[in-house]
Amino acid sequence: MCSDPSSLEGLNWLWCYLTTAKHMKFYLSFGTVILLLVSTVPFIVMFGFLGALARRAPFAPLRWFGLAYTSMVRGVPDIAFFLFVPIALDQFVELVRHKVKCPDVLEPIYQGNDFVVCTAAKMPLSASPQWLHQAWGLTLAITAFAIVFGAFAANIIHGALMAVPKNQLETAKAYGLTDSQTFWRIHMPQMWVYALPGLSNLWQILVKASPLLFLLGIEEIVYWARELGGTKPSVFTYPHGDWRMWYFLALLVFYLILTWGSQKAFEWLENRLAKGTSTVQGRAA
Amino acid sequence: MKNLIIATVVASFSVGAAGAETIRLGTEGAYPPYNFINDAGEIDGYERELGDAICAAAKLECIWVKNDWDSIIPNLVSGNYDAIIAGMSITAERDEVIDFTQEYFPPDPSGYMGMAGAKVDLKGGIIAAQVNTIQAAYVAESGATLVEFATPDETIAAVKNGEADAVLADLAYLDQFVKESNGTLAFVGEVSIGGGVGMGVRESDTALKNTFDMAITSLKADGTVTKLIAKWFDGRVANY
Repeated sequence: MCSDPSSLEGLNWLWCYLTTAKHMKFYLSFGTVILLLVSTVPFIVMFGFLGALARRAPFAPLRWFGLAYTSMVRGVPDIAFFLFVPIALDQFVELVRHKVKCPDVLEPIYQGNDFVVCTAAKMPLSASPQWLHQAWGLTLAITAFAIVFGAFAANIIHGALMAVPKNQLETAKAYGLTDSQTFWRIHMPQMWVYALPGLSNLWQILVKASPLLFLLGIEEIVYWARELGGTKPSVFTYPHGDWRMWYFLALLVFYLILTWGSQKAFEWLENRLAKGTSTVQGRAA
Repeated sequence: MKNLIIATVVASFSVGAAGAETIRLGTEGAYPPYNFINDAGEIDGYERELGDAICAAAKLECIWVKNDWDSIIPNLVSGNYDAIIAGMSITAERDEVIDFTQEYFPPDPSGYMGMAGAKVDLKGGIIAAQVNTIQAAYVAESGATLVEFATPDETIAAVKNGEADAVLADLAYLDQFVKESNGTLAFVGEVSIGGGVGMGVRESDTALKNTFDMAITSLKADGTVTKLIAKWFDGRVANY
């Protein structure tokens, strides 16, 4: 049916239009966003934990490092970090690979404006398939997200660790638990109740920040919405006017559903974790 | 036997040096008919066909890469791809940062496009242009108020919804919108700026520049360039 689009009309035209290979890429890009969100979370929690532990460390330089990390990242606009980290990391990796793989190349790496590494040091290699380049781009983006959001998570977890009532820890000690037993069995499990509201807030911000991927050149939903929605002259198979509004409306609905759904999920989780604790929710249960 | 080994070694070396060389071509994919993403989701247009022909003539393996216009030069010099083929006019400012091959599209005047029947003050009105283009630089100098957009498509939308009085862009790009607007859009002025369109390469990449130059020369000689320009630009005649 869709072989001759110029003869189509009404719903048939729309159906064929919405099922073009280009639209399939648009639909798949929703998966890219979900993939980014899901794969970033473990790193954010990990960075958050390490940051929080560093801030509590008995060893002073480690404590300073933790404080520097959280204050610095939280004090710089996200967008500056998102633009800086992937470029810096990419060039750093290629620089190291250049030193390792092509030690006998004598030409300088910085030639005027140009950043030139040997062919074998390219990351990924020029000959690599395009999906590998995209995967590498996504990896850089995930790193940037993890560093930025990890700093916020570190602050949340640091606060939550301090919010656990002291007498809980003193009681544990009185029962003869060692420091690490107290931390893993008493301190940590109770910390989550205090951390979750902050972390759920962070998740919502992360969801809303995902269009920043677009800035990093990753073809996610905002890119495709803009590309598909723009005016299409007759050089395209399916010419149409400026439809960006409808595409962005679809994104709006997608994000609302996503944030609404995660709100519900977090509410459930908070109530569940609060059972039996001395918090407001815990008492009510 | 010994000769065979030497021959094999020499052959594998030459393959490594030239035959299997992979070149990444960066384009914007938002500037029909030069380059755009067709409904199959692939890069298409004049530069796609020409680029493939150039790579075939130069015996290079080419991979197409999409990149936003705004960062298309920075990403070339930092090595994300090896050449720009994106309707980029050869200008002295750009030539300080990157190198250009010879032109593969002749100098094209730029046109002001506005709503039909509206009086547009080209020297004092609000003019839209794409960021980092020769047109944007020209508007900024002309005394008019410049509004910049990331994509060419947004500059057209700005005129249609009244945000700008007119848009300044390559005639070959605007032409299709005027023709298909049922008389609602019209050219309201014309100005000659910029040189021809060429491929951009890193300044340190002289070998690649020469390879492309040779390939373009041969494609001009055998009529391929003229044929492709006529095909994509509505029968336009180029004197190559």
